[in-house]
Amino acid sequence: MDRWRRITAQQRTLPGDDVPVVLAQQGTHGPVIHALSMAARERGIMQGARVVDVQAIHPDLHVEQADVQGDQAMLNRVAHWARRWCPWTVRDGTDGIVMDVTGAAHLFGGEPALLRDMGVRFKMQGLTTRLAIAPTRGAAQMLARYGTASTICGADDVAALLPPLSVAALRIDIDTVRLLQRLGLKTIGALDAVPRVAMMRRFGKMAEDHNPLILLDRALGRSADPLNAPADARRWLARARLLEPVIDPVPHLDGLADDLCAQLVKAEQGARLLRLTIYRVDGEWRSRDVATASASHDPAHMLRLLMRKLDGIDPGFGFDLLTLEALRVEPLSQHQDRLDGSRDASADVAALLDRLTARLGPEKITWSTWCESHLPERVEHLRPALSHAPADAPVLTRDRPLRLLAPSEEITVLYAVPEGPPARFRWRRVAYLTTRHEGPERIAPEWWRDRPGTRLRDYYKVEVGDGRRFWIYREGILGDGRGNAPRWFLHGIFA
Amino acid sequence: MPPDSPFGQVISLSSKRLVTDVPAPNGGDAVLRDVLAGGPFDAAVTGFVLACLPDTVAPVLWVSDRMSRRENGRLYGAALRRFGFKGRVLRVEVSHPRDVLWAMEEGAACAGLAAVVGEIHGAPEVLSFTATKRLALRAETSKVPIWLIRSGDPGALSAARERWRVSSAPSQIHPHDGQAPGVALWEAELFRARGRAPGLWVAEYDPKARTPADRLRLLPRSGDGSVAADHGAAADAAGG
Repeated sequence: MDRWRRITAQQRTLPGDDVPVVLAQQGTHGPVIHALSMAARERGIMQGARVVDVQAIHPDLHVEQADVQGDQAMLNRVAHWARRWCPWTVRDGTDGIVMDVTGAAHLFGGEPALLRDMGVRFKMQGLTTRLAIAPTRGAAQMLARYGTASTICGADDVAALLPPLSVAALRIDIDTVRLLQRLGLKTIGALDAVPRVAMMRRFGKMAEDHNPLILLDRALGRSADPLNAPADARRWLARARLLEPVIDPVPHLDGLADDLCAQLVKAEQGARLLRLTIYRVDGEWRSRDVATASASHDPAHMLRLLMRKLDGIDPGFGFDLLTLEALRVEPLSQHQDRLDGSRDASADVAALLDRLTARLGPEKITWSTWCESHLPERVEHLRPALSHAPADAPVLTRDRPLRLLAPSEEITVLYAVPEGPPARFRWRRVAYLTTRHEGPERIAPEWWRDRPGTRLRDYYKVEVGDGRRFWIYREGILGDGRGNAPRWFLHGIFA
Repeated sequence: MPPDSPFGQVISLSSKRLVTDVPAPNGGDAVLRDVLAGGPFDAAVTGFVLACLPDTVAPVLWVSDRMSRRENGRLYGAALRRFGFKGRVLRVEVSHPRDVLWAMEEGAACAGLAAVVGEIHGAPEVLSFTATKRLALRAETSKVPIWLIRSGDPGALSAARERWRVSSAPSQIHPHDGQAPGVALWEAELFRARGRAPGLWVAEYDPKARTPADRLRLLPRSGDGSVAADHGAAADAAGG
C-alpha cells in the first residue's frame, strides 16, 4: 500500500485520506482485496474479501490493481537494506522481514532504542511498520502482527504474552483456524492447554509449516527454528590501477580479462554480462556493457567483444582506474574438446552469436519459433537468438512457398475468370499470364483472434508463362457481406 | 580435348562434356558459390541453394539485406521441412549489404555452421571483387561452404569458384491434375567455374530421394534433343 501510494503520488493526485482505497489482485472468483488503506480498514473492510461485495457495501471505494511481483522485489531490497542493523535478515512471507538482532541491539543503545530507530528509519522510507522483538522467530512474528505496537518480549515474557493471542497468529491455513475455533480453541493459551497426544492424533499428518503444534513449539522455543539468511552475492571484479592517467584502455584490457577469467575459472563460473568501467581523472566515469550468448570464461573472447564496444567511450583527459566486472554469471564447468580432436561445434556457434549480436544488435539475429496457426504469416515468429533456443520446425501437410512477402501485396486483375484465379494479372507493374493453377485452399480467419469482419482467404498456386510460381489469394468472396468485391493479393513465391 | 585457339582454351559445349561432366554443387566442397537470379522475383534461386545445402543438423547462417527481403520476400521457415531441408536457420536480417558481408565473413570463420548463405540485391559498391575474394578464401580455410544469392544483378565481377544463374522453368506435368503445376524445374546455368567447363542444365529436385546426393539432379536440356542420343555414340567412339 505504501509503495502504491509513493508511486502514484509521482503520477497523479492521491485520493483524499477519507476515501477508502484498496489494491485488488485476481482471485479464483474475480478480484479480491490484497491490501487496503487506513480509511478502508476503519470501515471494517477485510483483506481477502471480494471486490464486488465490498463495492456493493461501500460505493465510494477506490479500487486499484496490485503489483504483487513489484512488492516482492521491493521487499527483497528492503530486507537487504535492513542489514544496517544486523547481519542476518530474511524476507518473511509476502509482507514481513525477520532479523536476528542477537548481539546487535547494544550497538544501538539497547532494544527499545533499536526498535525506535527502526520505526523512524522505515518511516523515513515512507513505510508503515509493526515491530516486535521476541526470543524466538515465531513469537516475534506473532507479536508483530497480532500483538500491541512495538512489543519487546523478554525470555520470561513469552509465556505471558503469547497465550491471549488468537490461533490465527500461528499463521496456519484458514481451514485449520476454522477447525480449531470449532473445537473451541480460540487462543494460543487454550491450544497449549489441551493434552498433546489428542491434538497430535489430529494434526500429526500435516506438514511442519502448517502444523499448529509444531509452529507453537517453535514460537515457545521448545524446538529450534534458525534463521537462514541468503549470503551476499559475490562480485566478480578485476581492477587495473594506473600510475599515470592514460587515454587508451586497450593495452590494459588484456590483463583485466585474464584476471577476471582466472577468478571465474577457479569458481567454475562463466560471465553472461560484462561491464567495463573507466574512472576518469575529472571524477567522471564511463561504462560499456557486453552480453554473451552462453557463459564464457575465455579471455580472448571477452577481449574481442570489448574491442568492438570501445569506439564510443570518451576518455576525457585520461583515466587512472579501469574495472572489468561480470554482472551476471552462470555455472560453467571446463569445456573439453572432443576425443577425436575436433572442436565442439555448439560452442563455436555461441561465440559467433555473441560477435554478431555485439555489433548488429540482438533483434537482428534470430531463431525461428513456431505457433500453431493456419494463417501463414502467423506460423513463424523470429526471436532474438541470444535469449531464445531454436525450435524444430513443424512438418506441414500443405505446400507452402519458400519466400513470403510481408505484408502481402495487392495485384490488379486484368482478366477475371468466374471460378479460379485471374487469367491475367498485374503485380509490381508487370502483367502475368496464368498458365496453370492449383487450388483453392481456403483459410478462414481465426475468430478467436481476428477482428470481426475479417474475410476468409482462398489461396491459389499459379504458374505464369516463364515458369515462376506464385501464391496468390482472394480475400473474401462476393456477397459474404463483409465489404465490396473481393480483392486479390500475392503472398508468396514458390521455388 | 578441344583444340586451343589463340584466344585461350575453347570449351566446346559438345554432347560428351555436357553429359559426363555434371557438377555436383551439393557435393559439399567448401567454396564460395555465386547464384544469380535469372529474373526478378524468382524463388528458384532460393530453392536451388536450399537443395544444395549439406544435410546436417548444424545450423545454417542465413544473412539478408533489406532490399532483397523487400524485393523477393523473406525466407519462410515453415516451408523448409516440407521442402526437404531439416537443418536450423540462424537468421541475420540487416539493412545494409556491408553488414551482410561482415556477418558472412564472421560466419565463415565458424566451423560449427553447416553453411553460410548471403542474399544481396543489386550490385552495391561494397560487393566488390575484393570482398568476394575475401569470402572465397575464408570458405576454403574454414571448410564452410558459402553461397551468395544475388538478385537483380547483371553479373558483376566475382571471385566465386562457381557462378550459377538459376531461373524457374515451366514445371512438370502434374500426375493427377493437368491444370496444376507439377514438380518444379529450374534452369541452372554454370557460367563460370574453376577447373570445369560451364554448361546449362535443367535441375530437378526430389526431396524424397534416398541419398542427399541424389536429391538434386542436373539433367541436360531436353530442348537440345540430340544430346542424350549423341552421348551413346560419343561414348562408343571414345571407347572404341
